[in-house]
Amino acid sequence: MAKAKKPKLAVWKFASCDGCQLSLLDCEDQLLQVTEIVEIANFPEASREIQPGPYDISLVEGSITTPHDAERIHKIRRQSKILITIGACATSGGIQALRNFKDVREFINLVYANPKFISTLQNSTPISHHVYVDYELRGCPINKYQLLEVLNAFINNRKPNIPNNSVCIECKRKGITCVMVAEGKVCIGPVTHAGCNALCPSYNRGCFGCYGPKEAANTSSLAKQFMEMGLDNYGIVRVFRGFNAFSDAFRKESEAYEK
Amino acid sequence: MKIIDIQEIDNLISLLREMNYLVVGPTIQNGAIIYSQITTSKDLPIGYTDDQSPGRYRLIKDKKESYFNYVVGPQSWKKFLYPAIQKLYTAYFKNNKLEIEREENPTTKYAFIGVRSCEINAIEIQDRIFFGGEYQNSRYKGLRKNCFIVAVNCSKANSNCFCTSMNTGPEVKSGFDLVLTEVINNSHHFFLIDSGSEKGEEVLSKLNTREPDKESLELGNKVIEETKKQITKQLETEDLKDILLRSLESPVYDEVSKRCLACGNCTMVCPTCFCMTVEDYTDFFKTKAERIQKWDSCFTLEYSYIHGGSVRVTTGSRYRQWLTHKLASWHEQFGTSGCVGCGRCITWCPVGIDITEEATKVRRIAEFQTTSMEEI
Repeated sequence: MAKAKKPKLAVWKFASCDGCQLSLLDCEDQLLQVTEIVEIANFPEASREIQPGPYDISLVEGSITTPHDAERIHKIRRQSKILITIGACATSGGIQALRNFKDVREFINLVYANPKFISTLQNSTPISHHVYVDYELRGCPINKYQLLEVLNAFINNRKPNIPNNSVCIECKRKGITCVMVAEGKVCIGPVTHAGCNALCPSYNRGCFGCYGPKEAANTSSLAKQFMEMGLDNYGIVRVFRGFNAFSDAFRKESEAYEK
Repeated sequence: MKIIDIQEIDNLISLLREMNYLVVGPTIQNGAIIYSQITTSKDLPIGYTDDQSPGRYRLIKDKKESYFNYVVGPQSWKKFLYPAIQKLYTAYFKNNKLEIEREENPTTKYAFIGVRSCEINAIEIQDRIFFGGEYQNSRYKGLRKNCFIVAVNCSKANSNCFCTSMNTGPEVKSGFDLVLTEVINNSHHFFLIDSGSEKGEEVLSKLNTREPDKESLELGNKVIEETKKQITKQLETEDLKDILLRSLESPVYDEVSKRCLACGNCTMVCPTCFCMTVEDYTDFFKTKAERIQKWDSCFTLEYSYIHGGSVRVTTGSRYRQWLTHKLASWHEQFGTSGCVGCGRCITWCPVGIDITEEATKVRRIAEFQTTSMEEI
């Protein structure tokens, strides 16, 4: 009997640091298992051998920052049955979306000796602003166990166990003491999407919001609390302008305090 | 009632350890009182106390070398009896057949040291939930039946405590094996100790005790009386259930939704909240699956997700679900209130939402004491 064909996996890069796609190579113990169930057909970071599309699953890293990339993502979408974005850049525009709050031409003139060679868009935007996305995996970088869970779920036709709730729930399950209540530290965990297993609070630091806003994030209530804790307007802008600055909830909150 | 010297606490810990108990008590970790394994009295938060208000907790130095002069911390004993994450079973798919391997029930014998009256009440509420009816949670029940409770009468209350309103404290009245009252008075520092069960009596008989004189007993009573006086927060419980259930459309819930983060902290720290979710994980090759149970919260959208969407979409509706379950429909379900007045949900809410204030607002509007939200 002929063996069932393995689903073909492609990994794509846009404006990003590569950290998220490297999480796949970082899977070490499970990496060989992954190659047993999927065919890694297009993953330049891992292999020179590139097979042509179409692909069953495309993992897309990075945000759209150039006219060229804005075209390229459509080509990728056309070749992909399932398109999953991985990481904060692909899902919300990433840290480079900080430029969206300023005039990008000023940066170009400051940074590059020959600005005329630079072709870039004003905004760094998430993939979902350009094409339909089947699933968004959060994080800066993503959690490799969540990546395996998503791949596993899509291959086995089940729902991934990726909750959309707050970091607080992970934090409390882990038995971590709340750094905001017990130490007065600024922590945006209550409005941040879970997934990192409360990494920063586990090391006695406030959450930076690497996973972006959770479902129905009440950022304005949390910002008011930060005000009472002594942050000024600029401080609140800074808190919400991190890796997910251009996500709707965080962007609106930071803009409200910028005025 | 007997007296033991403070050094005798070490004897108590070693006795329990010799009886194969895993002794758990208050310790200091990450700036809070955390229940954790202890091996000597040195592990206890000696000389520390806490200061709590809505959304704020600080561990501070106590004026005296007290052992138990703190109020409850972020965690409760449910983390031992009802762990946050538990594997329930593993399923194997072998030779075209499904085999299910159930996780064995935990058999740990816990001895809890420093359990407060509100906490005993909370444990008894969870007893009713997990094995009070037809459906028995054997994992919980096994741990619970094995456990040994050394209670402590509170020598201090904070501004978030309201056990006197819920009739759950501060004096420990039942549900313990041993109960301690810490007395610190000028040159005296000792514990009054009493047993509440045969197991407790057996342990007590092995400790070096002496008979209390009248003065010592009075000092012990004074500790409890003084604590009662410190409790200022109140929740009016008369007719509360009916008021809450007929005020489901109260504007209070809209207003609270502006502040509520729906982060779930209140439910995680609540010693009676018992909601959980189960997640099934498969391996890549469709040969093995695991079912994991985790604490869940009624504050998440997914919690009320049924086919087609979430039932409780707004934060206000989720807050209402929690508050009315805790203070009203719990009575119908389990025969008591689901709240023991420990104040954890008030302290550990990052924005300091106070369940007693919100319930009081609902009451005031329902009783036409006010019609406008601004007045409250």
